Amino acid sequence: MNLGRIGGLLSRHLYLYKRSFARMLEIFYWPFLDLVVWGFITMYLKDAGVSLHGAVAFFLGALILWDVLFRAQQGIAVSFLEEMWARNLMNLFASPLTIGEYLAATMTMSILKVTAVGSLMMVFAWTFYSYDMLQIGLSLFPFIVNLVISGWIIGVLTTSIIMRFGQQAEVLAWGMVFLFQPISCVFYPLDVLPPLLQSIAWMVPPAHIFEGMRAVLIDGDLPVAHILWATGLNIFFLVSIVFWFYHTFNVCKDKGMLVRVGE
Amino acid sequence: MATSIVEVRNLTKRFGNFTAVDNISFDIHEGEILGLLGPNGAGKTTTIHMLLGLITPTSGTIQMFGLDLAKHRETILQQVNFSSTYISMPFSLTVEENLKVIARLYSLQNIQKRVDSIIEKLEMNDIKTRLTRKLSSGQMSRLTLAKALMTEPKVLFLDEPTASLDPDIVNKIKAFLKEYQRNAGLSILYTSHNMREMEEMSNRIIFLQHGHIVAEGTSDQIVQRYGQRDLEEVFLKLAREPKAQ
Repeated sequence: MNLGRIGGLLSRHLYLYKRSFARMLEIFYWPFLDLVVWGFITMYLKDAGVSLHGAVAFFLGALILWDVLFRAQQGIAVSFLEEMWARNLMNLFASPLTIGEYLAATMTMSILKVTAVGSLMMVFAWTFYSYDMLQIGLSLFPFIVNLVISGWIIGVLTTSIIMRFGQQAEVLAWGMVFLFQPISCVFYPLDVLPPLLQSIAWMVPPAHIFEGMRAVLIDGDLPVAHILWATGLNIFFLVSIVFWFYHTFNVCKDKGMLVRVGE
Repeated sequence: MATSIVEVRNLTKRFGNFTAVDNISFDIHEGEILGLLGPNGAGKTTTIHMLLGLITPTSGTIQMFGLDLAKHRETILQQVNFSSTYISMPFSLTVEENLKVIARLYSLQNIQKRVDSIIEKLEMNDIKTRLTRKLSSGQMSRLTLAKALMTEPKVLFLDEPTASLDPDIVNKIKAFLKEYQRNAGLSILYTSHNMREMEEMSNRIIFLQHGHIVAEGTSDQIVQRYGQRDLEEVFLKLAREPKAQ
């Protein structure tokens, strides 16, 4: 791993964001709107006397953590799309940059996005709804780390599909993560799912995170089992998806698709 | 005898049933400009993409600086670069920013100095803070050439670097390349559809047709061998020959 090359690719994206108002807006606009809408919903539920323990914490906490996952995934997938739109893939992959360095740069980009969006959402939630995300306590850190890794896994999967199928698959950069939303049990407990989906959900790391978050809010306990499951599953899926990405990259090189992607 | 910097042996690329490059072998010598000539679809660009490691050959070997490209990609690509009229660079970055990113990807030292120097050499001072999307095609060609030369490669692949440019810019780019190549002792693989340009630029020419090498030598040798008046006539003769079954 050459840190200079990783920094080089990272600087390419930072130059882009520095100058693009639309891209900056995209980072802050949607999370802010989400927060406003879900904030009002929780206030309505509270005013209507709906008995839901910690409704504000439930929904706003879930929303902020969901956005961590979403932005981490986008950090990877949208970075690839930026290269595809700019027809820059040839410049990158005909340089000494390795696939590992490429992935490391996009993963770093996703951490930057998550940090920016997550911090802003926490400040908004605290300012407008008096909701302090940090009340989750120390377990917040492993939750966020695991969600970022889950986002990377979905992002790398999305990128490999876009690389293989080109522009027709680019909508997945925004849509793929939502495929995992129902079984991630973001806004409801896992036991509301039908038995078959419950079995699938237990294999999805974010489901453990959101279950864990609810456990903290309801019982105040550190959900060690959920954190361990999420970490184990994430390690397994991350290693598998990186292998898959290398395989897809080699298939694309063999079929001559790397030089045509985006056309 | 000249030292071979690039050695291509029995290189073949098949896409399904279609053979784009068929068992070609050639060398590029140190300080040589080798012209790769052929009609559209002859396999020129596929060959360059294989030399850049962007397409995996079906069979055959590519060695540069005595190293196998399949095994020593990073080391080799550190000393290789390319430019083409058909490539682009991120539109939302300025000329200078794009060059800085490339400098980092190639782990160059004294980045600002290197960027300033290549901008100066290619007379791009007036456009260095301009967004890439606002460049004319001639300026874009200069930028892609700048990104290729800034890394001080030992081997340069130029895929139709002057296509769709006006004669004045073509003239300037050719003159710059010639001088740069002489001073730096650079080895260049050059493709073009312009026969005069090919004659003028290349020390030696390889003619590709349907993925095969059908002629090789200096421009004069090829013209003589085919009994034509000039390279353009040879091109027309060979390009119109039907594919052998």
